[in-house]
Amino acid sequence: MEKLDLQALGLRALNEKLQNQTDETNQKDWEIINPRGSHAIAVGVDAPINVTVRGSTGYYCGGMNKQAHIHVDGSAGPGVAENMMSGTVTIDGDASQYAGATGHGGTLVIKGNAASRCGISMKGIDIVVHGNIGHMSAFMAQSGNLVVCGDAGDALGDSIYEARLFVRGSVKSLGADCIEKEMRPEHLDILRELLEKSGCDAKPEEFKRYGSARQLYNFKIDNAY
Amino acid sequence: MCGIVGLFLKDKSLEADLGRMLSEMLVTMTDRGPDSAGIAVYNAHQAGRAKITVQADHPQTDFDGLEKKLGTAIGARVKMDVRDTHAVLTMPQASLDAAMAELRQLDPVIRIMGRGESIEIYKEVGLPETVVSRFDIAKMTGTHGIGHTRMATESAVTTMGAHPFNTGSDQCLVHNGSLSNHNSLRRKLRRENIRIETENDTEVAAAYLTWKLQNGSSLGEALESSLNDLDGFFTFVVGTKDGFGVVRDPIACKPAVMAETDSYVAFGSEYRALVNLPNIEQARVWEPEPATVYFWNH
Repeated sequence: MEKLDLQALGLRALNEKLQNQTDETNQKDWEIINPRGSHAIAVGVDAPINVTVRGSTGYYCGGMNKQAHIHVDGSAGPGVAENMMSGTVTIDGDASQYAGATGHGGTLVIKGNAASRCGISMKGIDIVVHGNIGHMSAFMAQSGNLVVCGDAGDALGDSIYEARLFVRGSVKSLGADCIEKEMRPEHLDILRELLEKSGCDAKPEEFKRYGSARQLYNFKIDNAY
Repeated sequence: MCGIVGLFLKDKSLEADLGRMLSEMLVTMTDRGPDSAGIAVYNAHQAGRAKITVQADHPQTDFDGLEKKLGTAIGARVKMDVRDTHAVLTMPQASLDAAMAELRQLDPVIRIMGRGESIEIYKEVGLPETVVSRFDIAKMTGTHGIGHTRMATESAVTTMGAHPFNTGSDQCLVHNGSLSNHNSLRRKLRRENIRIETENDTEVAAAYLTWKLQNGSSLGEALESSLNDLDGFFTFVVGTKDGFGVVRDPIACKPAVMAETDSYVAFGSEYRALVNLPNIEQARVWEPEPATVYFWNH
C-alpha cells in the first residue's frame, strides 16, 4: 500500500504517479488522503491497480478510468467516472450531477443517491445506484445498463437509444421516446449479475425495465414543431 | 461560473469566528470567479439604529466630513466607520429613508452598497483574497453571512456589478448563473417603482424578491414564485435580518452543496468551500434539490 497525501504532493504529481503505473506494476494498492473536495483526482489511470480515496472529492474524480478500481470513501462531486472505459469506480456516499456521463465501459457503483443527469449519453458503462437518481438521467443513453434501487426523477431516458434502464422505485416521469418494457429472463440475468457485483441485496424481480420506443431514431416530420 | 458561500450560525459561540470562516470559504472559491468578490455580514445591531454601507473610489476625500454633512441634512446624529473604500454610516432607524435619499444625490461619488438594521455589505473588483483582506472581513463577528466571487457574464466588471445585491432593508441576494428575461422584468419592476441601479441580471432577481415582499409575500413564497417568473439559470442564496435561504432553478446545472450540524448551516458552490468548517466530517451533507426552497430562521 502506497499512501499519497494530496495536499502535500499536489494534484499533478499525484495523478502522474498513478498514470505511470503499467499492466506489470507490482504496486497494486494506493491510498489517497486529504482529498478535501479537490477536482480531477485519479483521472486517466490505465493499470490494474486499487485506489482508495479517503474523503470526498470534487469534479471529475476517476474520469477516463481504464482497468483501475477506484473507491471513494465519501461523496463525489459532478462528473464522477466521466467517460470511463473499463475498471470500477465505487462511491460510498452520494454523487453530484452527470455521474458516469458518456462512459464506454466498466462499472460505476454509487451507494448513496445520484443527482441529475446520471448516465447522460452513456455508451456501454454499467451504473448501479443504491439510492435515488435526479432528473434527466440517461438522457440520450446509447448502450449499457443503469440500475436504480430507489426512485428516478423527471424525464428519465429522454431521447434514449439502446441502453437498458432498471428502476425499483417510482419514476417521476419518462422522457421523450422512453417507455416501460417487458422484463424477460435475459434481463433478469443481467440485473442479477449487476446487483451482486455491486453489493446490493435488492431482488431483480422488484425492478421495472425501461428503454427506447425507437420512434426518434430517424427524422420524422411529425416530431418537428 | 461564479462561486457562492454562505454560513448561518445556530451556535452563538461561533459568532466571533463568522468573518474568518466565511473569508476562508470564499477564498477557496477563487477559481470559480476571480473578477470581483463581495460579502454580506449580518451582525448585532443597536435597537432603533440603522446602517447604510457606502463605497467611494477616493475614500480619503470623498468620505471627508460625510457623517456631519449627512447628519445636518437629516437632522440626526450619524456615526461613520471607514473600512478601505467602504464606510458604514449608522443613524436612527427613523431617519434611514431620508439618509438614503440624501446619499443618492451624491451618486456616483458615493455609491450605496446596502442598508438595513444589521446588514453590512463589502464588495470590490479583484481577487477574493485581496477583497477580504482589504476590508479585514476575517475579524468581523455576526450571526450569518453570504459571500460571492464573480465571473461576469451579464454586465461589466465593476463594484456595482459585484454581488451581493441589496434592494430592500436587510435583504441580500447572490447568484450563480444567468437570467434571460432580466430586461423585461427590470422594466416591469421599474414601473412598480422598484429602484434598480444597474444593468445586471442578478440585481433584477434581488429587486423581484423585494417587490414580492413589499406586496405581502413571505420570503419562502417570494422564492417559490421566482421559479415561475425568472427565466434562466440560477442558484440563489438570500439573506434577511434573521434568515438564510437557498433556491435552484428546475434544471439545476449550477452546483450547490449544503452542510448542516447542530452549530450551523453552510452553503458552498463546491464541497471544497466547506472542508475547514468545524466537525464537517459529522455534518449532514447534501445537494439541494432543483426547484425546491430551503430556508432557515433565527
